[in-house]
Amino acid sequence: MQKYSALSLIKNAFSNHQNWDVAWRDPEPKKEYDVIIIGGGGHGLATAYYLAKEHNITNVAILEKGWIGGGNVGRNTTILRSNYMFDPSAHFYEFGMKLWENLSIELNYNVMYSPRGIINLAHSDAQLNAYARRGNSMRLNGIDAVLLNRDEVKKMIPFADFSENSRFPIFGGLMQPRGGTARHDAVAWGYARQADAMGVDIIQNCEVTGFDVSNGKISGVRTSRGDIKAKKVGLCVAGSTTLLADKLNMRLPIESHVLQACVSEPVKPLLDNVVTFGAGHFYCSQSDKGEMVMGGDLDGYNSYAQRGNMPMIQHVLSGGLAVFPNFSRLKMLRSWGGIMDMSMDGTPIIDKTHIEGVYLNCGWCYGGFKATPCSGYVFAHTIAKDEVHELNAPFNLERFHTGNIIDEKGVGPKPWIG
Amino acid sequence: MLEIKCPFCGKRSQNEFAYGGDATVKRPALGQEVSTKDWDDFVYFRDNPRGKHSELWHHISGCRQWFKVSRDTATHEIFKTVRLEEEL
Ligand SMILES: Cc1cc2nc3c(=O)[nH]c(=O)nc-3n(C[C@H](O)[C@H](O)[C@H](O)COP(=O)(O)OP(=O)(O)OC[C@H]3O[C@@H](n4cnc5c(N)ncnc54)[C@H](O)[C@@H]3O)c2cc1C
Ligand SMILES: [Zn+2]
Repeated sequence: MQKYSALSLIKNAFSNHQNWDVAWRDPEPKKEYDVIIIGGGGHGLATAYYLAKEHNITNVAILEKGWIGGGNVGRNTTILRSNYMFDPSAHFYEFGMKLWENLSIELNYNVMYSPRGIINLAHSDAQLNAYARRGNSMRLNGIDAVLLNRDEVKKMIPFADFSENSRFPIFGGLMQPRGGTARHDAVAWGYARQADAMGVDIIQNCEVTGFDVSNGKISGVRTSRGDIKAKKVGLCVAGSTTLLADKLNMRLPIESHVLQACVSEPVKPLLDNVVTFGAGHFYCSQSDKGEMVMGGDLDGYNSYAQRGNMPMIQHVLSGGLAVFPNFSRLKMLRSWGGIMDMSMDGTPIIDKTHIEGVYLNCGWCYGGFKATPCSGYVFAHTIAKDEVHELNAPFNLERFHTGNIIDEKGVGPKPWIG
Repeated sequence: MLEIKCPFCGKRSQNEFAYGGDATVKRPALGQEVSTKDWDDFVYFRDNPRGKHSELWHHISGCRQWFKVSRDTATHEIFKTVRLEEEL
């Protein structure tokens, strides 16, 4: 594999960038693989990468019905954080934050990891108290957290509405300084390129349509490009999880919902951090190109449409204007949607299943991008060893029967309520 | 914007309504032994179909009645809306 560096960039400039190697091959599917990963999103690609790198399992195929990175991994607002209160989430996402810190070097691909700090705004004493509690829980788990008062927030985002008559006055906020953003496409491409270099076949335009299971054991998958045998199969299909689980007679605690995001035209640097305005269902960061990247709530009813509806965009942006009135003159560039695999407690599921050799990775809700490295890491472990890693042990499917649910937001099994 | 036909008020825009989730989910009958599985199925497990979905909506900014809607989750086409006690 060609190493990417400043030197290789200069060298290739002399030949008008015509002689770069392809970043990954476009192989025909083989008859059989040790492991098939379904879904070429961030989680599928990362899983294949760690299978090869950490477990030396390289006879692996990623089957993607469209093109890699065309799903949620290329549609999200790229926020990275580990500001969770409960231990299982805190440990898992913090492990992920540590992987992010070194990811560009590990993948020899600039994922533009930017620890610019994420601020959750608070609008009452009670909310600030709750944030103090969450911050303390985070720090007990070795995660950085800083409680900000009103003046400290004002220094960081002076253009927010700090006036007397604001509907949700800013009392302060909770900040995770190491939180931030990364370039989503680069994450998909970086993992793809390294996985491919270690022998993983990335097979695009290949939809999995069924499974061959006999005596409770998987032996292969049916696809739009023919049957392929496999000893083990991992599902990483995000919003499409139920559609494949149906074919395995698995009923899941998942609902599919559309989440939208939008960006403005690029403007000069204004917003240094990621800011979430939960009271107004709005969050925002500024991309390196200068666009304001904005998002909010789910559209609010079950959807597989992969595109959203205007009322939610309007709702999100009116929330945005409430906190950042100076955004009122920004022109919108584009909006889009992605299908979220909303789990019933808001926490992912990474587990073995009732079928030998079938492994499940789903339930990412709106927060699965930041989990890409750690999800891939523990899912690869789960598949390779046929046993869960300690970090994903609590993210089991059984919890919906044992009662050990991990409901960070405390909204209960109604994923459409933000 | 969805246009939803409230069985009581007629066609109104989506903004007037609140969503209530899968309408096929049934609470296990009261006053008898409920197995853990039945209870968990009711609380957490969903069919989540791509296509026709029976769901509850609430005309929250209108007559405040709950009713049932049959809607396609991929195209958002609304096939039918009925009162709660009616079958879809
Ligand atoms: C608007 C929006 C904003 C978001 N913001 C954030 C954020 O700020 N921070 C954060 O951490 N997370 C965020 N998320 C969530 C995050 O993007 C997802 O949780 C995560 O990307 C899901 O994992 P994935 O990358 O593997 O999914 P995907 O990229 O969706 O990958 C799944 C793949 O499976 C493929 N597939 C499906 N069915 C089949 C089949 N039958 N056969 C073959 N292939 C199949 C799909 O084509 C798709 O490419 C956001 C999501 C959206 C939509
Ligand atoms: Zn009505």
